[in-house]
Amino acid sequence: MSTTTTPAAEGAVIGKDGLATLVDLLRARGFTVVGPTVRDGAIVLAELESADQLPYGWGVELEAGHYRLREREDGAAFAHAAGPQSWKTFLHPARVRQWRAERSDGQLVIEEDDTPPPRFAFLGVRPCDLRAIAVQDRVLTGGRHRDPVYQGRRSGAFLVAVECTEPGATCFCASMGTGPAAGPGYDLALTELVDADGHRFWIRSGSPEGADILAALPTSAASEAVCETARQAVASAADRMGRTMPDTDLRRLMAGTLDAPRWDDVASRCLTCGNCTMVCPTCYCTTTEDVTDLTGDHAERWRVWDVCFDLDFSQLHGGPVRPSARSRYRQWLTHKLGTWYDQFGSSGCVGCGRCIVWCPVAIDITEEAAALHDWADRPDGEP
Amino acid sequence: MTTLPPLLDALPEAHRDRLLALAHDRDFPDGSRLFDEGGPADRFWLVRSGEVALDVYVPGRPAPVVETLGAGQQLGWSWIFPPYRWHLGARAVGPVRAWELPAAEVRQLCADDPEFGYTLMRHCVEVIADRLQATRIRLLDLYAPVGGGPP
Amino acid sequence: MTTTVPVPYRVTAATPETADTVSLELEPIERALPAFSPGRFAMVYAFGIGEVPISVSALRGRLVLTVRAVGAVTGALCQLRPGDAVGLRGPYGTGWDLDAAADSDLLVVAGGLGLAPLRPVVHQALDRPGRFGSLAVLVGARSPGELLYRAELPQWRTSVQVEVTVDQPDPTWRGTVGVVTALLDRIDLRLDRTRALVCGPEAMIRHTARALLARGLPARRLQTSLERNMRCGTGHCGHCQLGPLLLCLDGPVIGYERAEPLLAVREL
Ligand SMILES: Cc1cc2nc3c(=O)[nH]c(=O)nc-3n(C[C@H](O)[C@H](O)[C@H](O)COP(=O)(O)OP(=O)(O)OC[C@H]3O[C@@H](n4cnc5c(N)ncnc54)[C@H](O)[C@@H]3O)c2cc1C
Ligand code: SF4
Ligand code: SF4
Repeated sequence: MSTTTTPAAEGAVIGKDGLATLVDLLRARGFTVVGPTVRDGAIVLAELESADQLPYGWGVELEAGHYRLREREDGAAFAHAAGPQSWKTFLHPARVRQWRAERSDGQLVIEEDDTPPPRFAFLGVRPCDLRAIAVQDRVLTGGRHRDPVYQGRRSGAFLVAVECTEPGATCFCASMGTGPAAGPGYDLALTELVDADGHRFWIRSGSPEGADILAALPTSAASEAVCETARQAVASAADRMGRTMPDTDLRRLMAGTLDAPRWDDVASRCLTCGNCTMVCPTCYCTTTEDVTDLTGDHAERWRVWDVCFDLDFSQLHGGPVRPSARSRYRQWLTHKLGTWYDQFGSSGCVGCGRCIVWCPVAIDITEEAAALHDWADRPDGEP
Repeated sequence: MTTLPPLLDALPEAHRDRLLALAHDRDFPDGSRLFDEGGPADRFWLVRSGEVALDVYVPGRPAPVVETLGAGQQLGWSWIFPPYRWHLGARAVGPVRAWELPAAEVRQLCADDPEFGYTLMRHCVEVIADRLQATRIRLLDLYAPVGGGPP
Repeated sequence: MTTTVPVPYRVTAATPETADTVSLELEPIERALPAFSPGRFAMVYAFGIGEVPISVSALRGRLVLTVRAVGAVTGALCQLRPGDAVGLRGPYGTGWDLDAAADSDLLVVAGGLGLAPLRPVVHQALDRPGRFGSLAVLVGARSPGELLYRAELPQWRTSVQVEVTVDQPDPTWRGTVGVVTALLDRIDLRLDRTRALVCGPEAMIRHTARALLARGLPARRLQTSLERNMRCGTGHCGHCQLGPLLLCLDGPVIGYERAEPLLAVREL
């Protein structure tokens, strides 16, 4: 048993067969298992029918504006960093029907769409993404009002976290305090080890349901050495992050640099395409679409992801509040790193690096924050 | 209005007394004209009660009102600068009571006592700046049906 | 039922206020929403077209919304006739802090449609004498024809000081002409005990607030109501951000000491 002073052996060890059993078991219990798999030249998140579909032997090469699969000799399943999707695709879908309305002789009947959502089991939730789910929990269900769609999908979800041992060149979770070790919130946590002693996973449970599943897996005891090797692998990943956020109070930095010339600079590069918001695991903004059928008596309300880089986003009659690219990029960044604290009590960025990778013009959030930091720190009197 | 017009409030007591010593009480019946565009600006008023409409002469139709002034407000500043001619007309809307001040005497007072003059002119500039600001705001046509006019 | 699903209400009266503005009186068809209070708003669904935030403009028994047709949804709402149905969600947002004003002189300054969310405050003063120390209402409108609730004003004047000014008078107008701030000189402001509630276009709000602060009113005794794009009303759509604020939760009514620095940043 673990104590706080000397981390000793805890959890258990499973092999690739144990991972296969885990997927089968979750499916047998009625979960829709979603995990990483190779498709169209990327590691995407999709429903898994078996653990064979995991990206064994694939890694990724990441840089600003650059993503490429790379074969790995070690056959690891989770030696890749964030791909283009995140779990929000499943918990906070890009399009949902919220309700339907019917009208006849002055009567109006509005019915909530109560199709029961699937019960998801997410396999391979990276620590940064585990934090991103906690962030969206607060945004969508932690306040005065709860979003029923998110809540319905989230409340039954089973999370299998996998710690990071192979950070990408665009990762900076260590400087955001969100990884590479898994924080709280998982049902099961895995750490993948591939070395002379074989391909295996150190596994721990973080909830009663997780413990229950773990008990049904073919495990062997976790020796102190295995635990130590796994912890070392994760700890050394923290030193190999490709990026870092400036070590400063980002909320204050954002609030204090609204006039910085850097915003003009980044605006001259940003295409306002909104890719960064689509891939970001915490970006949650939506808009609504109302549709009717041909008779005009049946209507539906759809909710769809929206993008703060669109002109329409801040539309008031008369025009948008943020007509310039400068103000829209500034809105995105200051919200992520600054005003998110005011609104939801934490950073809106978890350091996954997706926005850096998928920006067509390689705009790098850490570089922009660093430039603002330099400007804020400039000697007195400089513009 | 129980308090003093801002102009009188702004002056130290000694100055205020000197100014009021020049003032006459005037009553204007509803509809009467206080002055017309182009007329000699040889006096100004501090409105004590009632409303005064400032208007522009347009041949062939009732003079459009550009602004109204009410209790406490200073009416007229064309008396400050040559050629001392009114730029607008003024008409009482309902009965108006005012203190009327003779322009030449007040200008003389300012010339004789620069400290008094400075305080009075500072106040007049404040009034003018305020009206200019108000005019600009109205140019925006803020309550227009869509968008509030030009940005 | 949850807060994302509108509740059906029936239009019991549709009263034209001006050429483009209609007041809709509504009653629940079955279930009623929780009680609204002055300054708060509803998300109003026009069948098949969309949903928009609208402030309550009267709460005497029936709920009243005053809607100006500026686009697709508001245009459809202004076409509604008695008997038609709408969907309603709410109440959302913050209201005017009227309890704090109980012992104060209340100064209401409204420009254009900004009178709508402030009308319930006037109604409270009329219906509950002694509710506030005193109440003065300053109203600015574009022209006499665009003045809201004109038929009600004589009744207000029986117990409330009401001053109205227009930008563009017509030949019959005998009232004041000029910006609404000019009316501040016409009223007896006891600054040490006044609380001001200001609503209108944002430039009018800033101009009015500047005039009040210049006269010595502390910003913390001034409240205003701000407008931003809103899609959900529940703090989830992200559209109504004003810096750190989500205006559907932290607003629309906010203290001016919070609003002032935010309104000073362009394109925030
Ligand atoms: C808290 C609050 C209270 C309001 N109270 C009133 C009121 O009492 N009476 C009244 O007439 N109006 C009120 N408004 C304004 C009203 O909501 C907008 O005029 C309305 O949303 C415009 O929608 P539309 O579809 O008719 O206009 P369109 O011109 O068709 O809209 C075009 C686009 O403008 C956008 N848009 C413009 N303003 C808004 C907005 N505020 N929120 C969301 N989208 C917007 C939408 O994106 C829409 O697609 C209020 C707004 C807010 C935020
Ligand atoms: S802002 Fe960028 S790095 Fe931060 S969580 Fe979003 S996508 Fe990841
Ligand atoms: S920062 Fe990059 S990804 Fe985001 S909107 Fe601008 S160009 Fe697109």
